[in-house]
This record gives sequence, C-alpha cells and structure tokens, in this order.
Amino acid sequence: MLKKTYENIDSIGRAILTIKARDVHNKELAEVLYPHGARALAQVIALNGDQVTLQLFSGGYGVSTDCKIRFLGKPVQVGFSEDMLGRIYSGNGTPIDGGPELMNDMIRIAGPSINPVKRLIPKDMIRTGVPMIDVFNTLVRSQKIPIFAKAGEPYNRLLANIATQTDADVIIIGGVGLKYDEFHYFRQRIEEAGSAGKTIMFVHTHRDSIVEGLMVPDLSLAVGERFALQGKDVFVLLSDMTQWSDYLRQIANAQDQIPANQGYPGDLYSQLASRYEKAADIEGAGSMTILGVTTMDDVTHPVPDNTGYITEGQFFMKDGYLELFGSLSRLKQQVNDKTRADHRSIMNAMARLLSEAEERVKAQKFGSVKDSYSLRLLDYRKTFQKELMDPFRSLELEDALDLCWEVLAKHFKPEEVGLSSDLITEYWPKKA
Amino acid sequence: MDKAIGRVFSISESLVGVNEIQGSVMNGEVAFVILENGERLKSEVIDIKEGGYVYLQVFEDTSWMKVGDPVEFNGLPLTVKLGPGILGSVTDGLQNPLYQLAKIEQFLERGLVVEPLDNTVKWHFTPAVKKGDKVSGGSILGTVPEKIFQHKIFVPFSLTAPYIVENMASEGDYTHDDVIATIRDQKGEPLDLYLAFEWPVKKPMPFFQRSVPTTAMPTGIRIIDGLFPIAYGGTACNPGPFGAGKTVLQHSLAKYSQADVVIVAACGERAGEAVEVFKDFPELIDPRTGNSLMDRTFIVGNTSSMPVAAREASVYIATSVGEYYRKQGLNVLMLADSTSRWAQALRETSGRKEEIPGPEAFPMYISTLVSAFYDRAGVEIMPDGNSGSLSIIGTVSPAGGNFDEPVTQATLLSTGAFWGLSRALSDARKYPAIDRLESTSQYPSLLQHDEVALMKELLHDGKTISSNIILMGEKGITDDTYIRYQKAEFLDAVFLQQNSFHQVDGVTTPERMRIMFDIVRKVIKAPVTITGKDEIRSHFNFLRQAFIDWNRLDQSDERFDKQKSQIVNLIKQGALHAEENV
Repeated sequence: MLKKTYENIDSIGRAILTIKARDVHNKELAEVLYPHGARALAQVIALNGDQVTLQLFSGGYGVSTDCKIRFLGKPVQVGFSEDMLGRIYSGNGTPIDGGPELMNDMIRIAGPSINPVKRLIPKDMIRTGVPMIDVFNTLVRSQKIPIFAKAGEPYNRLLANIATQTDADVIIIGGVGLKYDEFHYFRQRIEEAGSAGKTIMFVHTHRDSIVEGLMVPDLSLAVGERFALQGKDVFVLLSDMTQWSDYLRQIANAQDQIPANQGYPGDLYSQLASRYEKAADIEGAGSMTILGVTTMDDVTHPVPDNTGYITEGQFFMKDGYLELFGSLSRLKQQVNDKTRADHRSIMNAMARLLSEAEERVKAQKFGSVKDSYSLRLLDYRKTFQKELMDPFRSLELEDALDLCWEVLAKHFKPEEVGLSSDLITEYWPKKA
Repeated sequence: MDKAIGRVFSISESLVGVNEIQGSVMNGEVAFVILENGERLKSEVIDIKEGGYVYLQVFEDTSWMKVGDPVEFNGLPLTVKLGPGILGSVTDGLQNPLYQLAKIEQFLERGLVVEPLDNTVKWHFTPAVKKGDKVSGGSILGTVPEKIFQHKIFVPFSLTAPYIVENMASEGDYTHDDVIATIRDQKGEPLDLYLAFEWPVKKPMPFFQRSVPTTAMPTGIRIIDGLFPIAYGGTACNPGPFGAGKTVLQHSLAKYSQADVVIVAACGERAGEAVEVFKDFPELIDPRTGNSLMDRTFIVGNTSSMPVAAREASVYIATSVGEYYRKQGLNVLMLADSTSRWAQALRETSGRKEEIPGPEAFPMYISTLVSAFYDRAGVEIMPDGNSGSLSIIGTVSPAGGNFDEPVTQATLLSTGAFWGLSRALSDARKYPAIDRLESTSQYPSLLQHDEVALMKELLHDGKTISSNIILMGEKGITDDTYIRYQKAEFLDAVFLQQNSFHQVDGVTTPERMRIMFDIVRKVIKAPVTITGKDEIRSHFNFLRQAFIDWNRLDQSDERFDKQKSQIVNLIKQGALHAEENV
C-alpha cells in the first residue's frame, strides 16, 4: 500500500497530535518523522473531515511542527512466535532485552471477542497453596480476577507466587507503570523459579510514555490469546490496571471528552471489559487466565468499582493479609463441590461466624462485650487471622480444610456453627 | 422506496458523522457504512443536524473506516424478526444466532450476518382462517407447534386496516421463506404474509387490552415470594454493588420462576455468565413441562466486550420478543442484566455527540427511557379472553453501590418491586443478600397479609435490638428482648436465607413455603420460658440446626415428617411450663 507523508501538523499535546491529511484509515498506524531522521510511532484515533487525531506512542515532548507524519497503511500489530518465550518487550512491542526483533507472524491486537458459544464453562481449580484462595475463594482456570490493594501492599509478590506455582504452559507478564525495582523483582522471581523459558514480559516503566503503557494489556492479551488458541494454558498478569485507567483518562481529557466520574471517560467500563473479557477457556483449544492488580484506597473509586463489575471476583489485600470480606471468587462454585464434601459448607460457616465476630469488634469499642459467647467470637477472629489469612503461608487445600475444622472446634460447640448434622458427624475433630 | 445515500466525514469510535446526503433520512433508520474492502457495517441514525449532517451509531468496530466511505440508508428502523424458532435460541445484540455465527468464525468478526430465524427448518402449519375471511393486525392466521406450545401466526400488528384473505396455505410444512397467506387491502393491493414478521424494536407493541398485575409469580426464592413478591406482568429491580449476588439471583430466577417463557437479555455483562445459562439449561428439566429448560428460554447477549452501540438494541430486541410471546397468551419473564450498561452505552454516545450532560454525565433523557422501557411490561387480555403477561426484572449496577445515582433513581420510580442488594449481607454470607428492611414490593405475597406484617415487625425489632446489643452488650438487655432478637435471627437464618446451590434448598415451591412458614410462625409466636442468655442462644441454635437440616430434605424423603416433628418438639421444650399452649 502506498505510504503517504503529510507535513501540516496543527497541534501537538502531551500525547495527542492533530494534522491535516486525506485517505487515512481509522486506527491506522503512523510514523512521526523527525527532521534529524529519528522516528516514533503513532496511531489514528479520530477523524473529522481532513483533520486527523493521532496518539503518540512516545508522547509529544520533542515533537516539532516541522516533523512529518507518514501513514503506514496497516493497523497496530505485534509479532508472534514461539521464540518470544523468555523474551522481554516494551509497551510498543520492541525488544528491550537486546535480542532480535520478531517480524515473522504479525497479529492484530485488540481484536474482536470470542463467540460465547465457543467458551467452555470453567471447571478446573487452580491450586495456589494459599488457604484464603483455595478454601475461601478458589481460583479457576480461565478466570479473570484482580488483586485489590493499596499501593505498597505485597501484591506483586503474591502475583509472582501464584504465577510460578501453577502449571501454566505460558506466563505473560504485562507491566503497566512499573517501578524499575518491581520489573526487576518479577524478572528475578521468574528466573529463580526456572520459569523464564515459558515467560514473556511486556514492560512499561514510569520513564516510558503513557501510550505505550496503554498498549501493554493489548499486546499481552493478543499474544496470550494466540498461545491459547494453540492449545496452551496461558496465565496473564497485568499490574497495575489503575495506572492503565489513569493513562486512559489522560488521553480522553486531551481529546476534550466529557468526563463521567472523577474525570474518567464514560467508556472506562467498556475499555476495561474488552481487556478482561479476553480470559476464556476455549472449546477445542487452551485457556487464558488473567490475574490483575488494581491499586486503590477505596473500593467505590471508579477503577476498582468498574473492575469489580467486570472481573469474576477480586482478592482484597490489606495490611499484608488476604481479607475474607471484600474478596470473592465468582467461579468457586464451579469447582468447590468437587474438592471435598465439607468444602462449601465450612467455607460459609467460617465466614458467617467471622462476620458475627466483626460485629462484636464494633461493640467492643463501646466496652459492651462481656458475655462469654462474644468473647469466644473475638478469640475465633484472632485465630482465624493468624492461621488462615497470611497469603504467604502455603498449605494443601485438604490440610487447610482440616485446619478450619480445628479452628472451629477450638472456639465453638458443634451446634453453634450452623452446619448440617451429617457434616458435623463426619468432620468435627474428635477429642484426643 | 427511495433510499438515501451519503458519505462519512467524521469518525470517533462508534459515532460516525455522514454528509453529502442525497435523499431523505429518518431518525432511527438503519444505515450501512461500506468500507473499501466491501465490509458493510450496520448502523442506526441517532441524530440529524442542521447543515445536512447525520450521525450514526455503528454497531461494529469502526477500525479502517475512512472519511469519504459511502453510506447507504435502508429506509427502515431497526427491527426484530418475530415468529416460531425464537425459543431455545441464543443471539447477539442484533439477533444474529451465535451458534450459526460460530460455524463461520470462532471470533465475533465484524460484518457477519446470519438469518435470525433458521430458514431451513420446516414448521407444521394448521390454518385458522380461509380465503375470503376478513383479517387485520393481530388476527390469527393459524398455528404451528413450537417446543412448549401452539405458536399462533399473527397478521402483523402494524397492519391496522381491514384486509381480505386472498390466498391461504393449506395444512402442511413450511419454512420462513414460504408465503402462507396473501391478503388484500381495501384498494386491492396484495400483501404476502409469512410465518414471521419484522417489528421495529423501539416501538412498544400495542396491547389488545391492558390489565393490572395482581397475581404473584412464584420464583422459588422465599424472601421474594414471601416478603417482596413480583406479580405476573409486574416489574422489579435489583440494584446492588458488585459481589452482592445479583448474578446468582438472576440465574435462580431464570431457572425456577413459574413463567412459561424466560428471556435473558445479557446486556454488557460477563460473557461467562450467559454461557453458564445456555450451556446448563439444555441439561436441566423444566418440572412444569418435562422439557429441557432451554425450550422455554431465549437469550440475547451483547456481553461487555461486544460492540457498545448494540447494547441498546439487545435490550429492545429482548423486550419486543417478550411482548410477542405475551400476545401468544403466555406468561413471559424477562431478565435484563444490566440496565446500567445500557445506560452507560447511551452515556458514551451522548458524550461523543457533545450533548450537555446530566448528573454523572448521563444524558438528561435517561429517566424517560428507563420508565418507557419498564412500561412495556404488563398484563394483556387477548380478544379470545385469554391473558398473557410480560414481567421485567432489571438489574442495576450503581457506581460505587450508591443508589442515589441517576439510573437507580429512574428505575425505582418505574418498577413495582425493589430488591436492594446489600454488601453487608453478602459479606455475612446471608444469601440472597436482599436487604430485609429497605426492600419493597407493591404486589401481593404468596403468604397472608398479616404474616408478612408479622415478619416485617420482627425483623425491624431484631435490627433495633441488635444495635442495642452492640451498644450495651448482651447483659444490657432483658431475657425477653434477647428472645425476640433470637427469633428475628432465626427467621432470617432458616427462612429468608436460602442456599441457591443446594438442590432442595435452592428452590421452594409455594406449597412447601406454606408448610415451612407454618412452623416458622409457631417459633415466632411460641413463648420461650428458658432463662439466661447462653441457654436461650443454645435453644435457638438447636432449633436453627434442626430447621436447616429440614430445609435440605426433599418433601418425598421419608425423614421429612420426622424432622418436622423434631422441630415442633424443640419448640415445645422451649415453652415448657408456659401457661399457653403452642
């Protein structure tokens, strides 16, 4: 296709450039040609008559009115190959590990969603060894689920733990707005676990432009999807989607879009959904599981709020613990009836009692907790936190379930826990 | 008809501006943008502006569209095809059957179009009118059997003038391509009729005769049927923050509600949830018909990663199909999950059109659209005296779980039952997490009026006492008050809470609910003569335990009656030495 070059740049912003041009396609890839010969990538995001709006992959800093724009006649693509395993790429898809560029099989990014009838109902539990996940909010293959946490919580450690402990065929790490040491940490953990050969990293750090950060999920998911179609079980880690949403907000504002909540564009929900929905267990092929990170202070903030409506639950991390309340795996019901007969019931009973205990915590502030039952509830809460809520304590599911019964028996009588009699008969710990 | 043409002049995601218009253009008309490779992208006219500018919302991804691409208008509004073959099918937001699309492509590539109703299937038609008969819109031409019932073939409702039947197909097997009748209007113009016809989705179907919803529709969910019922032809909404159990509730309603037809509009929600429905339902038996549950179900899905512009269409297609099956004399339940996503889609488009935004940037007209949508529910009396109904249950997903936002508020004004989902209840694993005190319904319960009042009073007391316990401790209240509190907790634990995943407890028939509530009422009314907080709590723990065990026994189980007597005995033990009898 004929590549056309234009030189009538109208405006240059932090991430957006407008220029007069004709015969340009929506979403077409373009190059910014600097006077001294350097090049940078850009993409068409809106058209109005002969006015073309582009987003600049490397930002607007240093772009001058004597730069030229060359439209490349192709959409944004990413190379795909088995040889990508073990490699590290930037947010625009170029290698940053010194290795060669891969151009053999270019695939589209942000493609359409899979036909729902080609999805399988998720049915395989992913064992993580974390009791708060395996017992209370079981992770399921092809699930999309983020960790909700304040900045500074050890969420990346948990992410790396889960990724390296599972039996995934391919791990893709999509880093958006990573600090350099976080990037280094992931790299180190992958190498230590001997998983480097099945891992691909797409990394955007704070020194890179926001447009590259915006592209990381699309690159990671396009490559992951292709592996899944080849029959692989793929695990995609996206950290941190709050920063990603922030970049989206910046671009929307630069385009003068009317903001919805807290300055975020009205399509934040759709934008997040079209990424997370790529998670799927595909009929006759493999699967893609997405574990994200959503940093937040408050769950009603637009990013965690929209995310919660999209993902299949969330793991809520606070003060280094995985919280029971606030965490949810929507797919757990697909698998936790096939683990052990007591799994579902004890999970609910433990939660009900813990919620009763939480009420006593409120009451305790008034100094009104004096009766023995309330005091036992409070003790139970302490034991629960100590024994079960540490995300870095590793236990097999069966051992964790046994531990739950012990915790109950330590604090309660069988008739106090609201479990059916047949389960109590079978599992209630016998006094030694 | 003269069809207009034009050319693209602006593109901003799904909003496309068109100028150089030749011919007349109608607001709401369908148009196609033709890309340079020949792909035709379906769109709808949503605005006509001064200066010859027309704005389209394109139902597909607009990548690779160019300024100058030709646009063809087709002169007709967006329609849905109504006729036999809808039941049991799963379509996208524009009525393209997903299983047919999957035969072409694994992904939902844009521009793919498939016949909404399979035109290779033969339907056995029995005529009901003959040559020379007078007919008009809504007249019944004949019937074909469709899965669960005799499907009436109507003269399209838009034909209001009188017609004479010129030609009538004889009894036999026909496809959707076959003409089954030719009718003539008073000027003698002939018109061919088929088994199916097109209906403009945004136009409410006129009622033959409208009536008021007064009969409770059993849903199998005790807190709904008992406390906050929905009626046949009524409307309900269940707003709630994420994680409060909307999805599980919707699935229970789709499975267990005593409706003839269930329509699921999966609008902007997770694809996986729709998949669960259409992959599970074919395996489940509908106890009412003995057929597969899928035979009464129609699913229209515009899930969250499908094109946003088609979200609105998906809701209206579902509603039109609902109105159509109501006219068949059936009780139809439509579940719209989630109306907030539809509203957000409107917000996106409105923002791109640079309309002046209302609260939270939603367009000003959002409340009018929401109200008009729920008004399409209702009870309808047909000319033959039979009645049908369309009930609509809409999910609302308020930002931040805050019910003050515009979509929730508009919905509350337009619906007859409000099931407010609460995160506190779902955290406490008290499912369904429908708020016991805030929720409301204007429809009659399956229980007696005074029984509902009895429960509401007890729940209210329980809440007050619970706050007192937090303030003053258990020692700060009397034994009598503590007993009242325990009764409220008991009612909640054994009757209002329900395990949707349990085979028996997951669904409660009206008969069983009657039996259950008689015992619950005994507990509420029975005096308790036990003293001491620990002893009282222990008594209610045993009662609760026995009742939960009972909830899990099938009525046909031989232990069912035994377990019931055990509960009654426990009640008697608690009332030992009391003066009045239980």
